[in-house]
Amino acid sequence: MSRAQGLVSWLTTTDHKRIGLLYFYTAFCFFLVGGLEALVIRAQLAQPDGHLVSAETYNQLFTMHGTTMIFLALMPLTASFFNYIVPLQIGARDVAFPRLNAFSYWVFLLGGLLMNASWVAGPLFHAGQLNVAPDAGWFGYANLTSRQYSPGPNIDFWLFGLQILGVSSLAAGFNFIVTILNLRAPGMKMMRLPVFSWMTLVTSFLIITAFPVITVALVLLMFDRFFGTHFYLTSAGGDPVLWQHLFWLFGHPEVYILVLPAMGIVSEVLPTFARKPLFGYTVVVYSGVLIGFMGWGVWSHHMFAVGLGPIADSVFAATTMLIAVPTGVKIFNWLATLWGGQLRFTSAMLFAIGFIALFTIGGLSGVTHAAPPADLQQTDTYYVVAHIHYVLFGGTIFGLFAGIYYWWPKMTGRLLSETLGKWHFALMFVGMNLAFFPMHLIGLLGMPRRIYTYSPELGVATLNLVSTVGAFLIGVGVLVFVWNVWRTRTRGQLAGNDPWGGATLEWTIASPPPVHNFDVIPTVASRLPRWTKTQVKAIPAGAELAEFHVPGGSIWPLVTALGLPVLALAPLSHTLPLAFVGAAIVLLGIYRWAFEPFEV
Amino acid sequence: MTNAATTHHTSTGLDSRKMAFWAFIGSECLLFGSLISTYLVYKGRSVVGPYPHDVLNIPFTSVSTFDLLMSSLMMVLALAAVQRGDLKWAKVWLAATALLGILFLCGQVYEFTSFVREGLTLRTNLFGATFFVLTGTHGAHVTVGVVWLLTLWVRALQGKLTAANALTVEICGLYWHFVDVVWIVIFTVVYLIQ
Repeated sequence: MSRAQGLVSWLTTTDHKRIGLLYFYTAFCFFLVGGLEALVIRAQLAQPDGHLVSAETYNQLFTMHGTTMIFLALMPLTASFFNYIVPLQIGARDVAFPRLNAFSYWVFLLGGLLMNASWVAGPLFHAGQLNVAPDAGWFGYANLTSRQYSPGPNIDFWLFGLQILGVSSLAAGFNFIVTILNLRAPGMKMMRLPVFSWMTLVTSFLIITAFPVITVALVLLMFDRFFGTHFYLTSAGGDPVLWQHLFWLFGHPEVYILVLPAMGIVSEVLPTFARKPLFGYTVVVYSGVLIGFMGWGVWSHHMFAVGLGPIADSVFAATTMLIAVPTGVKIFNWLATLWGGQLRFTSAMLFAIGFIALFTIGGLSGVTHAAPPADLQQTDTYYVVAHIHYVLFGGTIFGLFAGIYYWWPKMTGRLLSETLGKWHFALMFVGMNLAFFPMHLIGLLGMPRRIYTYSPELGVATLNLVSTVGAFLIGVGVLVFVWNVWRTRTRGQLAGNDPWGGATLEWTIASPPPVHNFDVIPTVASRLPRWTKTQVKAIPAGAELAEFHVPGGSIWPLVTALGLPVLALAPLSHTLPLAFVGAAIVLLGIYRWAFEPFEV
Repeated sequence: MTNAATTHHTSTGLDSRKMAFWAFIGSECLLFGSLISTYLVYKGRSVVGPYPHDVLNIPFTSVSTFDLLMSSLMMVLALAAVQRGDLKWAKVWLAATALLGILFLCGQVYEFTSFVREGLTLRTNLFGATFFVLTGTHGAHVTVGVVWLLTLWVRALQGKLTAANALTVEICGLYWHFVDVVWIVIFTVVYLIQ
């Protein structure tokens, strides 16, 4: 990594490793914020008739919890690994467009800050209370979001925050597609790519196709709220269901955007700690690609309760059951990878195995939603909340923590403590099941989601208390992890190039890698270069290294990114001049960026 | 401006910037696809007029469509000129492309104002909302294209647009042709099939 010190070196960095770390720390802070929101929600629901927070604040809490976790924590945490690990895995010196990469990060940071500013922006809008956070749920159904029913700035923060975050994701999507297709080391054929890089590629394609759709949905909502159109208003012939179609057309691919990277991580961790090549590499890759395609054909299963008619319901029920097949194929491949391996139960391995178990449970409850008659009983109950958390917490978060323990030594040069790691895993595994398994029952017993309090007669008080205890156990687990990171800074064991005996290219170089990653770009002759006899050759002593150019930094991606929240503030505050200021900043940034003397 | 990327070896042999741009165009297809779908879903569902046949002026829009198609031809000529290092004609064709783009935008401004005079605004009905948002988004794309073309034209005037950086013109051309193709779809869907 670059040795330059000081704030400016970070503000102008275009080094994919530094940007990866920036993504990690920022996203982890947002993860803590989203987790705190979840804990307040669980504290409120611990007992019947809880009144810790008002109904209004409760709505804001669950909306921001969902939005923060999905767009500000999970996606950017996966982006942190895309950034840090993918160029190392494919044998590249950086991503294809280093400045665009910096731009993605800054836009993400600013979009996240703008959205979270709504927690304290109340006084600016004379709202009569401090918090004016978005409050219509993370999928913001029309017409809850119309000006009529939500006159305050709450939805506007959500609307513009998400549009800004979309820019960040799209830019990163283009960047990683080109990086993976174009910057592979000699001999790194597509079917030699590590599975994590493959899943990054599939995810990036999903991002660049899914985000334009939500952008259109949000733009139409913006016109409804600011310019008096009737896209989602029945009074003038419009249809709120259009929002649902556009949102879930994006929303279901988004589920795979969140989970495919975790599947990629698990496919790296399991072989390393089972000392066996991944079972059925080709099948795992192709089922990932297939999931990417099929993810586009299932969106209406989020809408069975709308009443789309028996034909639409049957078709989407069938496609939804079908998509379980490639997912199941992957699970069997992972199990077969473990079979007969020399298993080492490191923290990374435990989280990866936890992923398989919990994701399978989440997948199974998902298949129960696939049948419309069953789904009608489950829609908008805690059963759905249980499902999404088994998939996104048991799945994505466990996968991400597997990746964190696995790649932390590569990213920082020091190994996280295994003892603390195992405590972290145990607390999180038990906490997660305590928190979310009872939700299946709570939901089937009839408790709707997004209800700020409930009466004792419902008979779900004990289950809710158990769930709350579980949520706080998860919180303790996260604290153990934070402590682990903190003490590893100075006391962690030095990692060396390859603490695990990994098979892929990132383990051939120093930890953390030098700014240019590879002294000599390796020539790859196998899918598991470090496990085959023809592995990457060491550089012969005395060999002269070819010259290479390491790009300098640039401030212009940050300047361009700064223009976007200024643009968003114009409609938020109903101040037209701000729009011109924002546009001027963006234009200035783009022109200076385009004409910068800069070589990649 | 540098074109270090063109000299770099890439795994596919395709220039990275060009590949990124093709991916961008793919993404844009979904953007316009969603807008056009919205237009089609809401077609005929306006509860008050003016309706499409009351306001749409097909002969006028046919002319502006022809204008945009011709701008694509100018763009092809501009790229060819840059590629053979003919700076003089590059300036001419780039300016011509940008001018035809501006002319198209003038036509759109005229069309929008005449619709407003006839009582069709964003708020009037679903037709107004879907029409203005769809064609307005396209117009915004044309505007970006014009700014891009004028930037290249200024570079040509400065004598800095050489055959070595023909790729920048080629990518601008990809964008311009894409915006043109989108217009053909919009013209067909909105104007011709009523």
